[in-house]
Amino acid sequence: MKYSIFSLARAAFSGHKTWQRTWRDASPKDHYDVVIIGGGGHGLATAWFLAGEYGIRNVAVLEKGWIGSGNAGRNTTIIRSNYGLPGNTGFYELSMKLWERMEQDLNYNTMVSQRGVINLYHSDAQRDAYARRGNTMRINGIDAALLDLSAVKKMMPFLNFDNARFPVQGGLLQRRGGTARHDAVVWGYAHAASALGVDIIQNCEVSGFVRDANGKVTGVETSRGKISAGKVGMAVAGSSSRVAAMAGLRLPIESHVLQAFVSEAIKPLIPNVMTFGAGHFYVSQSDKGGLVFGGDIDGYNSYAQRGNMSVMEDVCEGGMALMPMIGRVRLLRQWGGIMDMSMDGSPIIDKTPVDGLYLNAGWCYGGFKATPGSGLVFAHLLARDELHKEAARFRLDRFRRGAVIDEKGVGAQPNLH
Amino acid sequence: MRIVCPFCGERELGEFTYLGDAKPARPAAGASEDDVFDYVYLRDNIAGAMSEHWYHAGGCRAWLKVTRNTLTHEISSVEPAAGVGAAKVGA
Ligand SMILES: Cc1cc2nc3c(=O)[nH]c(=O)nc-3n(C[C@H](O)[C@H](O)[C@H](O)COP(=O)(O)OP(=O)(O)OC[C@H]3O[C@@H](n4cnc5c(N)ncnc54)[C@H](O)[C@@H]3O)c2cc1C
Ligand SMILES: [Zn+2]
Repeated sequence: MKYSIFSLARAAFSGHKTWQRTWRDASPKDHYDVVIIGGGGHGLATAWFLAGEYGIRNVAVLEKGWIGSGNAGRNTTIIRSNYGLPGNTGFYELSMKLWERMEQDLNYNTMVSQRGVINLYHSDAQRDAYARRGNTMRINGIDAALLDLSAVKKMMPFLNFDNARFPVQGGLLQRRGGTARHDAVVWGYAHAASALGVDIIQNCEVSGFVRDANGKVTGVETSRGKISAGKVGMAVAGSSSRVAAMAGLRLPIESHVLQAFVSEAIKPLIPNVMTFGAGHFYVSQSDKGGLVFGGDIDGYNSYAQRGNMSVMEDVCEGGMALMPMIGRVRLLRQWGGIMDMSMDGSPIIDKTPVDGLYLNAGWCYGGFKATPGSGLVFAHLLARDELHKEAARFRLDRFRRGAVIDEKGVGAQPNLH
Repeated sequence: MRIVCPFCGERELGEFTYLGDAKPARPAAGASEDDVFDYVYLRDNIAGAMSEHWYHAGGCRAWLKVTRNTLTHEISSVEPAAGVGAAKVGA
């Protein structure tokens, strides 16, 4: 099924009763060249790139629940490429460029909205740090602009500019950053991958690996039977350690809970995505009018997809410091997702020490923006058995080699990243 | 989530800070690189009951050893981390 203005008009004339399922809900076959575990954004994007870019079409994506039931459907939808360290800078910009053409590539409206991402600064030291980050971005061909107070006032006149403790002094703006509709990203990749022959198999939980005499992974055990595979790629985000343990691997990862919040709908207020630099609060406004916001991870290991009140309070205090008038707005919904927090805050995309098993993990709270880039580089690795040049530093052995990519510089303490 | 501190009683989560899994033990001086790597970077990342170190920063400032289920957040025991907590942070 191809979407266009004509298909829309045709369906409109028949009362929108003729739309068909946008992707095929497949049943497992006995064998695939590549099996991907995890039907989140990354797993589905990987399958689409494998089929479309690398010509490997005998591919299955196995999802234990329904596609998008994990973090792909729980995030706050921010996309940006404002990273400061070699390894991250290039990779996230690769991803950003793929966002800019995603809707054409997938023939699916993923509602990519480049409304801009601004990080506010509140002290001279923070301004200097943001100037440095902006310069790093520009040297690498990424757009960045350092705004002073008057420019911020013009852009967001509703902020509290009388905060004596944490005065807004300006902000670092990436105009090409913004948001995208998370569910639509999942459905769009499913739509496009399915059209190329990829089997998307739901309610299919991987419970173990099939290994040959040399220990090579040759398939997976699932709740829908055994499936043989040439190669197996893991893209299970918060469940990475649990799935890796089935192959006897221990990872440099802890699972932590991150919460998101949505208010009742209000009239258009927030023109972009913005972050409060003195606490941890970030916010954008959805097309329905709700304020979509969040802050830090709760800070303790968790596999329960829900968080606690103390972080909710902290996040709301950050919001109140920046925009006191939101105290009148009611909170409508709140939920949590399980983050695969790596030991340096950066992702891991690599072969594992187990032959035939490939790893895509460690996305922390920032893997939504990485979805298209992650799909491309993971597909590259699975297809060619070599690292993509923009992901060459995301090696699993970087921790042992001391080649960590630690944007925050806090060391191996995942709850502080 | 509330933690019943053995010294202060039942307190709200926001009073506590988290260190992590209580199992990794600092290798002795002169331990192999593998042992240090394992201690610093690798985690069991348990889904289920886990013993972990918490610090009661907003109360008695004691290190505690809390056994908590990471799937449900249910806490089954809290005890003072005598010596262990201090050793963990290098004191
Ligand atoms: C509240 C919140 C806010 C966030 N905000 C942002 C943001 O604004 N910007 C940003 O860039 N990132 C954000 N993130 C992070 C981002 O959502 C994740 O990094 C990203 O979605 C992870 O990749 P994924 O989509 O493939 O993961 P998931 O969607 O979690 O996919 C993994 C899938 O694997 C499946 N699975 C697990 N175990 C098995 C098994 N044994 N067998 C079969 N399937 C299995 C799961 O069911 C799940 O569907 C946020 C996350 C949360 C929770
Ligand atoms: Zn106490």
